[in-house]
Amino acid sequence: MAALGLWGGHRSQPALLHAVSGLAQLQLALLLGAFALLAAAFLQDDFSVLYIAENSNSSLPWYYKISAIWGAHEGSFLLWTLVMSAWTSAVAWAGGRLASDTGNYVLGTMGLINAHFLLYLLLASNPFLRLVPNVPVDGADLNPVLQDFGQIVHPPMLYVGWLGFSVAFSLAVAALLTRRLDDDWANLVRPWCYLAWASLTVGIALGSWCAYHELGWGGWWFWDPVENASFMPWLAGTALMHSLAVVRKRNGFHHWAALLCLVTFSLCLAGAFLVRSGVLTCVHAIASDPTRGVMLLAILCLVAGGSQVINAVRYRDMKPPLGFELLARETLLLINNLLLMTALGTVFVGTMFPLVYEALSGGGRLSVGPPYFNRVFLPIMCVLVGFLALAPILRWRSTPASLAVAAWKPLVMAAAAGVAIPLLVAGWITFAAVAAYSLAGWVIWTHVADLARRRRSAVTIGSITMIAGHLGFAVAVLALASAGPYSHVSQVRMAVGDSAELNGRRYTLAAVEDTQGPNYLATRGRFEVEGRFIEAEKRLYTPRDVVTTEGGIGHGLFRDLYVSMGEPFDDGSWGVQLQEKPLIRWIWAGAMIVAIAGILAAFTSGRLPRAPSFAGESGRQQSKSGGRAATARGHATSGPV
Amino acid sequence: MNPIRKRRLQLIVFALAGVVATAAVSLVALRQNIDHFYPPHRIVSGDAPVEVRIRAGGYVEPGSIEREAEGLGVRFLLTDRAGASFQVAYDGLLPSLFKEDQGSIVVGRLAEDGLFKADQVLARHDENYTPPELKDLDTIP
Repeated sequence: MAALGLWGGHRSQPALLHAVSGLAQLQLALLLGAFALLAAAFLQDDFSVLYIAENSNSSLPWYYKISAIWGAHEGSFLLWTLVMSAWTSAVAWAGGRLASDTGNYVLGTMGLINAHFLLYLLLASNPFLRLVPNVPVDGADLNPVLQDFGQIVHPPMLYVGWLGFSVAFSLAVAALLTRRLDDDWANLVRPWCYLAWASLTVGIALGSWCAYHELGWGGWWFWDPVENASFMPWLAGTALMHSLAVVRKRNGFHHWAALLCLVTFSLCLAGAFLVRSGVLTCVHAIASDPTRGVMLLAILCLVAGGSQVINAVRYRDMKPPLGFELLARETLLLINNLLLMTALGTVFVGTMFPLVYEALSGGGRLSVGPPYFNRVFLPIMCVLVGFLALAPILRWRSTPASLAVAAWKPLVMAAAAGVAIPLLVAGWITFAAVAAYSLAGWVIWTHVADLARRRRSAVTIGSITMIAGHLGFAVAVLALASAGPYSHVSQVRMAVGDSAELNGRRYTLAAVEDTQGPNYLATRGRFEVEGRFIEAEKRLYTPRDVVTTEGGIGHGLFRDLYVSMGEPFDDGSWGVQLQEKPLIRWIWAGAMIVAIAGILAAFTSGRLPRAPSFAGESGRQQSKSGGRAATARGHATSGPV
Repeated sequence: MNPIRKRRLQLIVFALAGVVATAAVSLVALRQNIDHFYPPHRIVSGDAPVEVRIRAGGYVEPGSIEREAEGLGVRFLLTDRAGASFQVAYDGLLPSLFKEDQGSIVVGRLAEDGLFKADQVLARHDENYTPPELKDLDTIP
């Protein structure tokens, strides 16, 4: 508890615009201390702390006790400030090359942001509030849905990504204030932006994997507002990275890039507001409290509004427009940015529309279904993938037309493969799937061809990370186009000994047995499929008296078999959902490739000699997510909420 | 007009056209894919449109869950606990947290005879969470 007082004294940090580095480290140390205190209290089952009493239980395994720290609002906000402080201190530590005024502005901005967060933490969501004198005997337990490995890693990664963009944000503010918005600035922003973006990519992919793995029904993307909240900054961040390439290589798009820095971080905060204030009808509304929402909204307005004011005031220092031809990488990156921002706009509209409608109609409720997102967002992403294929072909400034025209041949071949392969494997095709297959195949072709060509000339780390990032994205798109339309699902009623068939595979319910975990009772169904067993469980978490479904997954390189148990019937039979999901692992594998490429790019930029007309880590990663959403479609209908 | 300006203008026109087209498509898609929510009393009173995809919700009336002897078919009543209730028919697995007396949201179509044919049944995420639509049930007269 002593740490609280220390934080309070610490909030004067933004006022001291000099020697803030030391303070940033101190802030990190203090927050780490506070975090460690909370962790220790969790491990010792100190139920006199309200937050622990509500979110832990003595029977909870130790690793979930740790992850329970960020299992609900207060603790996750402590983690949030800790991550923010870690980024600040990283900037202070690595910021030797910053000019003193830039450095001060950056650290000052970050300190100011975190000061708001800390104030909010103290006033509206203090995780250390005590329950004295009526200390409960045992805690209420962590929400069972969060008791999963993925949920240990997913929120921290997401926070690292979200808050990492605060560095780009602060650098943009500093550059606007010092009027030094140039290619040096872009070089400064780039590694931070890539790191944050890679973390966010991992965070989103983990979230999707968690949903698939833990919710028990095989859904992995729902176009839920909470998912959109993490996805929108990702889209803006992707656009930002690509526009930074133009700033660095061609000294253009400065204001656009700076604006994207501001927008990306504002969207991160907007995401936090949407998630935490409970304004939305959504699957995940774990923490909802209107007063908190108002405070978060105030922070959001301050950050977004304040930064835009700075931007507007400084907008006059325009550089002359950049000259380039139509067939140039600049055009491609411009299109990339336009498409990403349009896609962002459509997601934003779909997410906010119910809120606006409710406000305007005086309480009318409606929801925007996944079909909206699939119909609007996916075509945009398809176009984006199409342009992506040209990325390794087009050069800066101008490109010989013959090079671009030559790219038609691989497109035709990819399209042929895109029609033939699904016809051979599945026996039927859809337009959307063929479009996605063909375009992604085209991307793979042009990038691999580029790599092969480069082996003879120069291969730079920049070009490798770009190609790897784009290839990862293409892999994810291929997986999405498969796992979406080519999934099979069926719901049946099965007693022990019964069999059911799905897509030519025979599932037999071999046995149903009772079992027990540290804090739950379970009924386990053993299903035999092609000689191997898949075990699905229905669990009753005793401390909260909550039932969860643990899907049984038969993992495979090319397809997952997914069995979920519904409810038991009076005659002893069970409702069972059988699913087959082709290539689904590759969605997350693709995302991981993209993220690794991003991290690699972040750490290698400074050391490479510049190769202005060529190469470069320009058009990097559109990354996966694009179409991931594609397929939230069919399944999950009756599933989890 | 100098060539750079001209190019710029072309780009802007092109981008604007794209944005307008996207906005148009979005609006159409939005119009087709929004599901309005109706509480039980508005279903009973006949306010809710028939054979249109809507969301409805209420609390599961205790003792009202009837299962078919074969298959997964199930029927139950959703009530606002203030006298209005309607019957839901659903053919599929119910979510884990679907229970008597608990809030539930159904998505589907209302038939002429007042039976709600659901193709999705959603229940609460955890015991502290009530879907916002159901919170209103306690305040709507």
